[in-house]
Amino acid sequence: MKKLLAMVLTVVMAVSVFAGCQPAANNAADANTLKIGMTGPLTGGAAVYGTAVEAGMKIAVAEINAAAEKNGGLKIEFKSQDDEHDNEKATNAYNALKDWGMQIFAGAVTTGPCLAIAPSTVSDNMFMMTPSGSSDKIALTGNNIFQMCFTDPNQGSSAAQLVFDKKLGEKIGVIYDNSDDYSKGLLNGFKTKATELGMTIVEETSFTADNKSDLSTQVNQCKDAGCDFIFLPIYATEASQILTYANKIGYAPKFFGCDGMDGVLTIDGFDAKLAEGLMLMTPFNPDAAESKAFVDQYKAMMNDTVPNQFAADGYDVIYSIYNACVALSINGETPADEVCAKLVDYFKTYKFDGLTGSGMTWDANGMISKIPAAVVIADGKYQAL
Amino acid sequence: MKKLWNNKDTRRNLFTYALVIIAFVVVQIMLGGGMLGYAAKGFLVPVCVYISLAVSLNLLVGVCGELSLGHAGFMGIGAFSGIVMSVVLQNLIPNDVLRLIASMIFGGILAGAFGFLIGIPALRLRGDYLAIVTLAFGEILKNVFSNLYVGTDANGVQFSFSASGVSLAEGGKMILDGPVGATGITKLATFPMGFVLILFTLFVVLNLINSKEGRAIKAIRDNRIAAESVGINVTAFRMKAFVVSAFLAGMAGALFGLNYSSLTASKFNFNTSINILVFVVLGGMGNIMGSVISATVLYILPEALRELEDYRMILYAVVLIVVMLCTWSPKIKGAIAAWKASITEKLSLNKKKGVGNNG
Repeated sequence: MKKLLAMVLTVVMAVSVFAGCQPAANNAADANTLKIGMTGPLTGGAAVYGTAVEAGMKIAVAEINAAAEKNGGLKIEFKSQDDEHDNEKATNAYNALKDWGMQIFAGAVTTGPCLAIAPSTVSDNMFMMTPSGSSDKIALTGNNIFQMCFTDPNQGSSAAQLVFDKKLGEKIGVIYDNSDDYSKGLLNGFKTKATELGMTIVEETSFTADNKSDLSTQVNQCKDAGCDFIFLPIYATEASQILTYANKIGYAPKFFGCDGMDGVLTIDGFDAKLAEGLMLMTPFNPDAAESKAFVDQYKAMMNDTVPNQFAADGYDVIYSIYNACVALSINGETPADEVCAKLVDYFKTYKFDGLTGSGMTWDANGMISKIPAAVVIADGKYQAL
Repeated sequence: MKKLWNNKDTRRNLFTYALVIIAFVVVQIMLGGGMLGYAAKGFLVPVCVYISLAVSLNLLVGVCGELSLGHAGFMGIGAFSGIVMSVVLQNLIPNDVLRLIASMIFGGILAGAFGFLIGIPALRLRGDYLAIVTLAFGEILKNVFSNLYVGTDANGVQFSFSASGVSLAEGGKMILDGPVGATGITKLATFPMGFVLILFTLFVVLNLINSKEGRAIKAIRDNRIAAESVGINVTAFRMKAFVVSAFLAGMAGALFGLNYSSLTASKFNFNTSINILVFVVLGGMGNIMGSVISATVLYILPEALRELEDYRMILYAVVLIVVMLCTWSPKIKGAIAAWKASITEKLSLNKKKGVGNNG
């Protein structure tokens, strides 16, 4: 009998745990607040991107809410959920946001979770705009999905075009992350374009997420092959190791990175002087005059860290969605599927000016077109290339 | 029947089945009544998967006494092979449920086969050494998955370890795409299928434990030399437990893979193996019902605590520590036992007086 009692108690407990996840009763819609949700890696290895996007979005939300009177009093209620850069957690996070009553989904931050959530947004008719999920597969999942950043192949290909136009190198080397979708996407775009333009890649070497603690072999391979230009379609942390090691052995080719390289100047334990002369493609320049207000707010919020392009992308996502909603007189009571249908239609002809570019437009797939900008690091600052 | 009831093991097993069935019925009623939110609905299948994984690992860790840190690897084999199978069978078996079952069985068999192959060298080792080998094996599998390219077209299925190795004809489809993993998966997994998987897992594991083989396995765990001296083939029985455990993990993995629209190899890393092991250890080694309950509670707990944001990580750890202390610390165990005894004493006193009638 005691066993039975224990069992009943267990069932009650399990059920109550489930019941704890029920949709909250107080998520009733309010006409004056638009509910925008976001998921991203707020903890774990990729947290640097998630927290940057979250902070950028929060700044935009605070600005909008402070000036809501201008736009008929429409405010934003913003909620972020941690996905730990894990597909399974991302699905759970997205579901939790739906329970909260989200109308527009402004996530996810990283590509894997974007791909995990995207099909659900298609079947839910939920408008989705990712600030930084850059695989071309994301936007191709459905016509309700839009991207604020470049797709990887596009960015890789414009990098190759830039290298060709500016005659940056003769013998090109590439070091990429073989276990990373982002890195491979960039590489493929770069290689395709480079072959088309008749450029020669003399060395192509890779590492994986598990053996990236020492990248000296890869640098030596490039040195032995005599590369005078090295393309690094990787993230800043790994790139900082490469720069450090190359400096140590006195090897000084031109290094060129993509938007993942952004933030290289603020890596802990990395001598920012070694990044002098490094070129990278980034749509956002924190040293530009028009970014100043945003940069100041971000620094105040994040212990003086300079915002990277992820933060700026997040900021732009919120503004682009909000401006569109105001124009379409979407409010807090418009159901998510109606919001989606209206926004999808609107974004076809939408032209948006933000921190990461002006005159941005989206194609039928939801991929962005904006001018690719490259900068070179000089005196610890970004300067237009 | 009475005799069956009096057997402690049988009674315990029946309770385990009853627990699962009651929980299933309750959740189904709640689903029908629209009482579950999107988040709760999203938990249903993964909870079933983790229960099956915990139960199958418990067979290895609790019953067989072998520490395995590569369970996520078997789960991964099941997941990816299940996904490939579900795509390949798309035209052959149009029925979703049958295709899911076929994929799960295929995933299970493949994982079991790998379990056998790995078991040959690995089971020569014991204790810590086996743990290290299974850990390494899990990592190897993860890297293999993230470099595996599988595509299908009119001519059949193509495998390769480089992206250029798979050249598909017009209308072909990439199923696994290296580090991108599998994308655009048709979600076949359903909660009732998860329930059936749990029942199947319980059936296999509980019957194995209470059979002649199970007693031999337990004898090996308790004293290998004594077991060998009475003529038990140690390697064969350990292998049996290892392969069955891998097979069940593969089936659970296939269900897991077919529950998400995209899947990357990094999911099947060391952390996932440890997570499953935590479910087993907290539920109690060799305690099957404990695995079922701990997997459910520990999977849902961090999700239910989302409102607490970053603090949920701390709270989760605190819960783990508290549960470990309550179940394993001799002092606290003694205190609980004394408390229980005093209550039973009071109850029996009441009974004698004819006051209480509960018992």
